[in-house]
This record gives sequence, C-alpha cells and structure tokens, in this order.
Amino acid sequence: MPRLSRVAVLLLAVPLALGACKKKPVAVEPEPQLPAQPVTPPQQPVDDEAARRAEEERMRRAIEMARSALLQVIYYDYDSDELRSDARATLDDKLRVLNANPSLRIRIEGHCDERGTDQYNLALGRRRADQAKRYLTDRGIDASRIETTSFGRERPAVTGSNEEAWAQNRRGEFQIVAGGTELRAP
Amino acid sequence: MPALPVRFPSFPAIGAPRVVAALAIGATLLLGGARPAAAQERPSGVSLTLEYQPGRRVAIMVLPIRGAAGDSIKTILERDLDFSDRFQHVPAITAPPFGQPLNYALVARAGAAGVVQAELLQSGWLRVLLHDVAGKKVLQQSDFPLPTAVNTDGWRLGVHAIADQLEEWVTGQKGIAATRIAFVRDGRVWVVDSDGANARAVTPRGMSPSWHPSGRYLVYHVLEDDRHRLAVTDLVTGSQRSLTNQGGSLDNSPAISPDGRSVVFSRSVEATAGQTDLFVMPFQGGATTRISVARGSINTAPSWSPDGRRITFSSDRSGRNEIYISDADGTNVSLLTADAFGERNLRADPSWSPDGRLVAYSSEVGGRRQILTINLRDRSVSQVTSDGRNDTPAWAPDGRHLVFTSTRGGTEQLWVADTETGRTRQLTRGAGARLAEWSPRLSVTP
Repeated sequence: MPRLSRVAVLLLAVPLALGACKKKPVAVEPEPQLPAQPVTPPQQPVDDEAARRAEEERMRRAIEMARSALLQVIYYDYDSDELRSDARATLDDKLRVLNANPSLRIRIEGHCDERGTDQYNLALGRRRADQAKRYLTDRGIDASRIETTSFGRERPAVTGSNEEAWAQNRRGEFQIVAGGTELRAP
Repeated sequence: MPALPVRFPSFPAIGAPRVVAALAIGATLLLGGARPAAAQERPSGVSLTLEYQPGRRVAIMVLPIRGAAGDSIKTILERDLDFSDRFQHVPAITAPPFGQPLNYALVARAGAAGVVQAELLQSGWLRVLLHDVAGKKVLQQSDFPLPTAVNTDGWRLGVHAIADQLEEWVTGQKGIAATRIAFVRDGRVWVVDSDGANARAVTPRGMSPSWHPSGRYLVYHVLEDDRHRLAVTDLVTGSQRSLTNQGGSLDNSPAISPDGRSVVFSRSVEATAGQTDLFVMPFQGGATTRISVARGSINTAPSWSPDGRRITFSSDRSGRNEIYISDADGTNVSLLTADAFGERNLRADPSWSPDGRLVAYSSEVGGRRQILTINLRDRSVSQVTSDGRNDTPAWAPDGRHLVFTSTRGGTEQLWVADTETGRTRQLTRGAGARLAEWSPRLSVTP
C-alpha cells in the first residue's frame, strides 16, 4: 500500500510540477456543490442502471478530488520552513479531507533543493514537514494522525541546477499511511 | 606540516642553514662533473636531494621491474608517489640487472635524487631498494609481502603499502596510498582505493559512511519511508547490522570515535518538532545519550577531535549555520567560525584534521559553496577550493590531503586537494559521487 501511494504521489507530482513552471501551483478546490445537489436531474423514463452508474461515477470523481487534494504538494522558499500562502491554501483543502475521514492517517515528507548541505538539508526537510503538520494540528487534527519525515535533497522531484528546479524540489509531499481505501469526499 | 628530519646518513643531523646549503650544493655537485642539462629544465620546488623539505618534491625514479606483474607494480608506485605530492616523478632509464651496481652518474643526469629498484622474489614477495643517488648507495632495503593473486584488492593494497613505506624512508612520514575512501553513489555506500581504482558498492543502500579505526567497519545511514536508521557493515564478511531503528526518528550523520567505541550522530524525533540534536551511543549498540541541548535548533554533522575528547559540529542555534566545538559529552560549547563575512554563509560539514590543528568545512563564498580550513590556534582561515560548488570535506590520515565533493567537472564527483600546494586531482568518475570519508591507513593481509 505505501508503495502504491508513492507511485500516486509521483504521478501527481509531475503535472503539478509542470504547472508550477508557468505559475504558482493553484490549489485544487474539491467541488463545493457536489454533496448539495445531484449533478444531472434524472430524465423521464429513467434507466435505473444508468442512474446508478452516474451516481457511482459522481462519487468516484469526488473521491478522486479528495485524494488529489490530500496528495497535492506544497512548496517552500529557499532555506525556509515557513508556510507560504499557497501552501496554506493547499493545506486548508487537506484539512477538509482529513476532517471528513477520521480514520485517515498521513505522512508528510520534507524535501530540499540541492544547495545547502546534505546533513543540514535532512534537518531542514524535517522542519518543513513539522511546520505543515503543526498547521493541521493547530486546526484540530489529532497529532497521532500525522507522521513527518525528511528526505533532505536525496529524492528530488526534478533534476537540474537552476532556480526553477530548486523551487520545485523545496517541497512537502503527502502520503496516505492508513484509511485511504474508504476515502469519503468532504 | 612540521619539517621532518630525515634519517639520511650522508648528511648528519644539522641545523636549517646547513640543509639549505646542502640543497644548493646538491644542484651542482651531486650531478658530478658533467654539465646537467636536464637539471635546468626542472620545475622549481623539486628537490635534488633525498632530504625532504616541506613544499619541495623529491625527484624520484622507479626502475622497470621484471616479471609479469612488474609493469603494474611500477605504474602503481609511480602514481602513488605522484599523488603523495611529495615526489616528482622522473622517467626511468633502462634498468641494470638486479643486484648489479646502479650507474649513479647516469640516473643523476636524468635528474633523479632517489631511485627505487625492485625485484619479485620466488616467494612472491617484492624486494625493494631505495638508492640515494647523491650518496651513491642503497639507503634502505626491505622485502614486502604481496598476495599471489595479482590485481586483486589485497594485492593492490600491498603495492600501495610499499609506496607508503618509500615515502616514509624519504620524508619520515608514512604515505596515504594504502587507504580507501568511502562515499555515496546511487543511494548506496561505495568504497574506492586512494588512487581511484576499484570503486565498488559495499552496502545494499545507505549514505553518510563513517570509518571504524580498524578500517574493517563502516557505520552509515539508511533512509526508510517512516524513519532513518544507522547500520554497520563489516567489509570483510559483507554483513550488515542495525545500530539504531526507531519509528519516527531520523538518525543520520554518524561519526565513529577515534578509539572505535562510540558513535556520535544527529537525531530528530517527532516529539521535539524542528529540532535536531546530537546523540552518542556505543559502537557495539546500546543506549543513546543526548549531548546537545539547543532548543529548536539544528545540530548535525559531528566530527571527533583526534584525541576523542571533543567534537566539532554545525548548528543554527544563533540563527545562522555555524561551526561549533564542544567536549565529547556536549558541554563547553564554543563558536568556532565567527560570523565575519556578513552574509548568509551557511557554514557546515566540519572535519577535524588528524593532527588536531585544523577544521575543514564548507561555506558559501560569494554565493557558491567552497571548502575552507580554520586554524584552531589563531582562527586563521584558508580557502582550499574556488572552482565549482564544493562541500563535505574529509581529511586523509596524513592531515594534509582533503577529499570533497565538487561540481567543477559538470557532475558531482570526489576530488582530492593537497592543502599545502593546492594541487587537485579527480578521484571518482562515472555516476555522481558525494559524502566521502577517508579511511585510516589500512593494514595489508597477505
């Protein structure tokens, strides 16, 4: 299971990272109206089977949205563990998913760019993860639901020795440790 | 490096002025009556006598060695002597049959102050003679064991040990050819011989290796998804054992004490968010003791003093990353690198020299990370590198050479610098290499 979610993180990280080239990553809002109203009012002679499928599809999409909000990467400034406003917005999305799924447990991994030194970067990555964790626990998430770790500069998202690459490597990644299979949309 | 008196029979122990005089005389007299054309082309800094002077390189010739392995031995010896930065290699002339007198006038004309002559014995041992050209005699002679299997790790180490002995005969100090450097490549710990040969992976994964003084074990750091732990590899048996293994704990940057009994390392645990502290534990395993007490700061990259009584480490307790020194139990902390350059320098990676005089470290210099050394007595700073991004310096056992990571060649590779002359050579090639640690002098097991 951790293996699978790692792959998911990587798959997600790539398009997000590409997006970051153009502009700061935009927080993915889980469609707010989803739980409120049905997407398509059933047509007259309803095929029960079709309706059920549509409902399933709608649920599936809502869960995918929740999952991608949960896994969305956050970014940091150079030699800093402070949460930027874009990171806070991303964490707010995660907060909603965590609140809707009390059995969900996650791990936050801090990463650094290649500058700085190997040992310092390991410690800095831990600080970055800890800051993100504190943001969530300050807003009511039980600390026991969030692990933190650091990979320093050991697992860069992109290779390259330029500001663009560094910006994408200074990040926090999120993994689902438990409760990811029966995810509910917020 | 202190001047090292040489046991040199033809010049009895004399004061410094006489040594200088001997050098001057050497340039004219040692080469006999013939006009030494070659001598005038010699680069300055090359010594024409076997009397070693710091800053000078002794001109030495290795004669061809008969036998199947002779060429390999000669090549390795020549390269080792060159890499020592204490010898200037002189191309060999045709070797006389072993046991017959050497034509001293001839080798003197070629520019050699010392001549190495070697013969493979029936027993597989190598008989080595060091000729003093000026004194026209054999200065030293010894037989060295060599494993029978040519070009194996042990055989190469045996040849390196001969180079180290030659260096001691001339300079009074053993060389560092019979050593290895542990480093990190592709997420595994590797080991390479001091001359860049025989690079091979020694652990299934891991980073930040530290040598045991026996040269037999490495402690290293393993990244798991939910923890970082320390492990030990036995280079003889290839076995691995866990030293620490605690969920949620990030243990890294281990350094084994000079007596081999303790390991200092850095650890961060979830309970103290944002803080990384130094801990000590027995090399054999057991309880860990926290020795740094800086609330909320990062304390890492510890390195022992050669007497094992103090450690140097990096800490951002002042708000900037600087190098500190403390007693081995964490008390008596003092700042070593004063914040003198007025910018965010992020000084890091301290490494205490084996002679106790210097700490090498890395620092941002004009926006790029470079290697520097600081003298512990007067706090004077010298810059060792200026080309590319350079970090994680580690001392050779001679306290003169440093291995470090540099991007000067395009990718991260290990380079070796002689801190006395500034001469630099590339140690590793191929896939990126970093986080080097130099082994102690290794003993040869024939």
